[in-house]
Amino acid sequence: MKPESAPPDEPVESLDRLLRLPDPLPPCTRDELLGLYRQMALIRRVEELAAKAYTQRKILGFCHLYIGQESVAVGAAASTSDDYWITAYRDHGHAMAKGVSARAMMAELFGKRTGASQGQGGSMHIFDKSVRFMGGYGIVGAHVPMANGIAWAARAREEERVCVCFFGDGAANQGAFFEALCLAELYRLPVVFICENNGYAMGTPLHRQSAVTDMSLRARGVGMTREQLAGWDVQRVRQRVAAARQHALSGQGPVLLEIVTYRYRGHSMSDPAKYRPAGELEQVRERNDPLTLTRRDLQKDHGLDDAAIEAVLASVEEEADDSWAFAESSAEPDPATLYDFVYAPQTTSLAADTDLSAARPQES
Amino acid sequence: MAEIFEMPQASPTMEKGTILAWHKSEGDALSPQDVIAEVETDKAAMAIEVFDAGFLLKILVAAGEEVPAGTPIAIIGKSADEDFSALLASTSAAPKKEAAAPKKKEEEAPTPTEAPASEPAGPGLPPLTWMGKAIDPSIMEVPAVYQAPGESGSGGRVRSSPASRRAAAERGLDLDRLKGTGPRGRITVADVEGAPSSALSSAAPLPSAEPTLIKHSAMRKTIARRLAQVWQEAPSFTLTAKFDCDRLVAFRADLKRAERNISPNDLLIRAVALALREVPEVNASWGEAEITRHNSVHIGMAVALDEGLITPVIRDADRKGLSAIAAESRDLATRARERKLKPEEFQGSTFTISNLGMMGIEHFTAILNPPEAAILALGALQQEPVVGPEGLRVGWVMRATMTCDHRVIDGALGARYLQALRRIVENPALLAG
Amino acid sequence: MATLQIREALRRAMREEMIRDPSVFLMGEEVAHYNGAYKVSQGMLEEFGELRVVDTPISEGGFAGLGVGAAMAGMRPIIEFMTWNFSFVAIDQVINSAAKIWQMSGGQYNIPMVFRGPNGLAENLGSQHSTAVDSIVAHFPGLKVVTYCDAHDAYGLLKSAIRDDNPVCFLESELTYGQKGEVPDQEFLIPLGQAKVRRPGKDLTILSWGKQVLMVEAAAAKLAEQGIEAEVVDLRSLRPLDQEAIYASVSRTRRCVVVHEGYLFAGVGAEIAARVQEVCFDHLDAPVLRVANRDINQPYATVLEKLVGPSIDRVLAAAHRVMGKASPAESTGTNALTP
Repeated sequence: MKPESAPPDEPVESLDRLLRLPDPLPPCTRDELLGLYRQMALIRRVEELAAKAYTQRKILGFCHLYIGQESVAVGAAASTSDDYWITAYRDHGHAMAKGVSARAMMAELFGKRTGASQGQGGSMHIFDKSVRFMGGYGIVGAHVPMANGIAWAARAREEERVCVCFFGDGAANQGAFFEALCLAELYRLPVVFICENNGYAMGTPLHRQSAVTDMSLRARGVGMTREQLAGWDVQRVRQRVAAARQHALSGQGPVLLEIVTYRYRGHSMSDPAKYRPAGELEQVRERNDPLTLTRRDLQKDHGLDDAAIEAVLASVEEEADDSWAFAESSAEPDPATLYDFVYAPQTTSLAADTDLSAARPQES
Repeated sequence: MAEIFEMPQASPTMEKGTILAWHKSEGDALSPQDVIAEVETDKAAMAIEVFDAGFLLKILVAAGEEVPAGTPIAIIGKSADEDFSALLASTSAAPKKEAAAPKKKEEEAPTPTEAPASEPAGPGLPPLTWMGKAIDPSIMEVPAVYQAPGESGSGGRVRSSPASRRAAAERGLDLDRLKGTGPRGRITVADVEGAPSSALSSAAPLPSAEPTLIKHSAMRKTIARRLAQVWQEAPSFTLTAKFDCDRLVAFRADLKRAERNISPNDLLIRAVALALREVPEVNASWGEAEITRHNSVHIGMAVALDEGLITPVIRDADRKGLSAIAAESRDLATRARERKLKPEEFQGSTFTISNLGMMGIEHFTAILNPPEAAILALGALQQEPVVGPEGLRVGWVMRATMTCDHRVIDGALGARYLQALRRIVENPALLAG
Repeated sequence: MATLQIREALRRAMREEMIRDPSVFLMGEEVAHYNGAYKVSQGMLEEFGELRVVDTPISEGGFAGLGVGAAMAGMRPIIEFMTWNFSFVAIDQVINSAAKIWQMSGGQYNIPMVFRGPNGLAENLGSQHSTAVDSIVAHFPGLKVVTYCDAHDAYGLLKSAIRDDNPVCFLESELTYGQKGEVPDQEFLIPLGQAKVRRPGKDLTILSWGKQVLMVEAAAAKLAEQGIEAEVVDLRSLRPLDQEAIYASVSRTRRCVVVHEGYLFAGVGAEIAARVQEVCFDHLDAPVLRVANRDINQPYATVLEKLVGPSIDRVLAAAHRVMGKASPAESTGTNALTP
């Protein structure tokens, strides 16, 4: 049998391979959807507090907020909760969706030792090994090839896991992204690439940075399966990411999803986002806000009343406030740990212990 | 609960902001991300948002005013009818906050500016530490100072900077005599510039930019006084004779074979003494009223010291045998160099010999050793072409130059003495006499 | 004791480690079916299969990044650059990813991987294929940088590099892959960060690493004929740097010359010279000199190419200078620049 990594025997025609799998999951139950709603609300509220803390200089440096895009990370988490995730610098929402607590998140932003990355990472570098959150990365597009390696390892270790790799529409112009797509398809790696197209690469609108504005089309040149979908609806994201995951795990190769979304705020806290056409933000918020849409679904499809939803929001408020208090009261990193993160301590044996009978040198 | 809303830090460099306009009025409801006001900063006009739901209860800073970041500009409450009077009182009582930027500095964790510099406790590299904790040596910090295994503090050499070594050489200073005040006791240029004169090198210094002053020693003063006086007072002339010394050299070799260690100088002391007995007019001194003719022959022999010279005396040299002279001259020269002579041992000579032959001097003139009437300067005993009765040969010769006080010794008298000396030197058998 | 070419010693190290640990795999351009551009991995595909000896497209950034991700997720990749010159299109993965993830994750993810491939001059390959990357990769905390000069060390060091729990940049040389040397049959590992005194001497210390060590040894033999006993120290590892060995030798000989490929300006020699003067100031009888590549992009023509890098003549000139002796080589013009 041909190893899974081997290139196909026949050249792959440059077909447009669309993800044809139907929605694999049953619809959300009321509690499931309420859970997704709560998670989105929590992310938004923590991000709002982060913005507030930033204006008070409690959070320093760069701070890229996820407000408006919550349905993408939360929807994806609903179907890949046990998988590996890797993302770029706008990572607060992904980290929390994947299971990083609001406390660890906010403490990291405050640069405290209780932060997800012990105050070593900051806003752009949230990591949590316990939930397979492989990090946020600050070089646009550079983490996309790493997703292949994570998937490679998962497959080599015979784990039933994919690597979900998030990046933006801006990253889809980066060379590392193209190389990663080529390798992923060549090796049939179990990766779900999710291009969160929020319309802007930093301050440049999509149509001014790419001739093709459906970023899922980037998959065509490498023969990768693709799909473009609107990301406002958390339930739809959940289903289509589940379908992509199923495809990737089937050995048929990775999937590139373009999930159209919108960021409400500037690229970072210091970007007033004046490049947007007047009314665009207001229109998206009005029609496509993920929280509003999900709240509507909860009321319409599951009969929740305002009081029930307000109760959820109150608990979100409380958890977010608690994260602030926790972050504020946490200790700064200990200067004595300054050198603790140069090299990992050696735990692998360096003793000569190989059975050389199997590895006799081949003399020539 | 009502909260103060402060002028936000809208950009990292912003220190102050001017409120251009309020977009909300007192009593208005607020949602997160609502623009509450527009503020002009150092960079641009910025929309200022709120991030909490609530009501704008009170505007504290009117449009058009400029305030530092961090200054309370509004009060925001959870409900429209909240009582915020206490909060309002606190804002008017409290002085306006300083700009946020300096405040931030105070809040920064204390950052150690330098690693603790620890002198190595023992041999080898000092352990790297940070905040008292050992650091993995694979981390590439530079250790304080290297100390080789087994090496004590200085590594066996005086610690000195290259610049200080150059400065010391220029000044003729000895680094061993300087005290370093630099790091780890290193001698620096400043230490060289402030060096005491006691640090002057005893070795011949390199040419120095500044002349070096050396205070007169007692011996130097004595030499200067006595020689200057005799130079001025005694009209002197010199006579040089060349002696054929083949037989003297052979005689000394015979003595050596007989295991008698007699130096050429010892032979000459006896020869000079015997010749003085033959020509006693030379063994004399000039006086105000009379010439003193000595009846004893006491030979002074000049011995060079680091700080001058001294002439120990071999008394009654004409009556002492070669072995006695040899023993006595050795002893006197040794003790002279050690500065251990008693006054009677370097005073009272009647005739002086100065011998620079062993230093390769062919001939020279000496200055009289007052009050003596003559001094004999002996040159090197060396091989030269000699014309003898049997023709040209290589022979041992020596030149002797006698300086005579003309007030006592006339030319012919001096010559007569050298003739007597020649007879003895060239016929060493006479030394036995 | 077997006599192995360096490529065979490297192969033996990789094979043993792959037999020992199933998480080790080799990935790079033409490492599998082609048997390696320089035949280092010859026969390994047959032995280990396509999942562990993996051909890649010409996509250094892509497969270097794949290696980093695999290392995060529990594998121990060996990523072969056909030459380190090609690492420049992947250097972000080396510097920004591999070197930093342990730190920026607050110590959650270590990166046990090796980037390896030939480095530096390989003769007449022109400007873009002749770069020594030593100072570039050695600049960053978090990376280890290792090199060797003979088959024995190539074997022992590569095994340690593969087992190291941190990213290691392993610098090889096209020119010496075929060089033979004795390697004991018994397995052994050489710890990273330990220099080796190749030749003891009392008059001056010559520090070097990689294939330059062989040239330095030849220079030391010539110096010995002139009555100058040079101590030749092969650093073997630039990160971690065996500072103890450097300071111990220099404080004894009181003179130091650093010889390396790569440019003089901001080269590794500059770092070592700075450390030596800082730490051993009172032990030095002469300034620390460096012999490195001249500040010229590598020309193709042989006559010019040979003038760029370190040479025996330039090492002799530098040794004579620190010994306070005029060198005849200094007046020939080719060494008129700082050696």
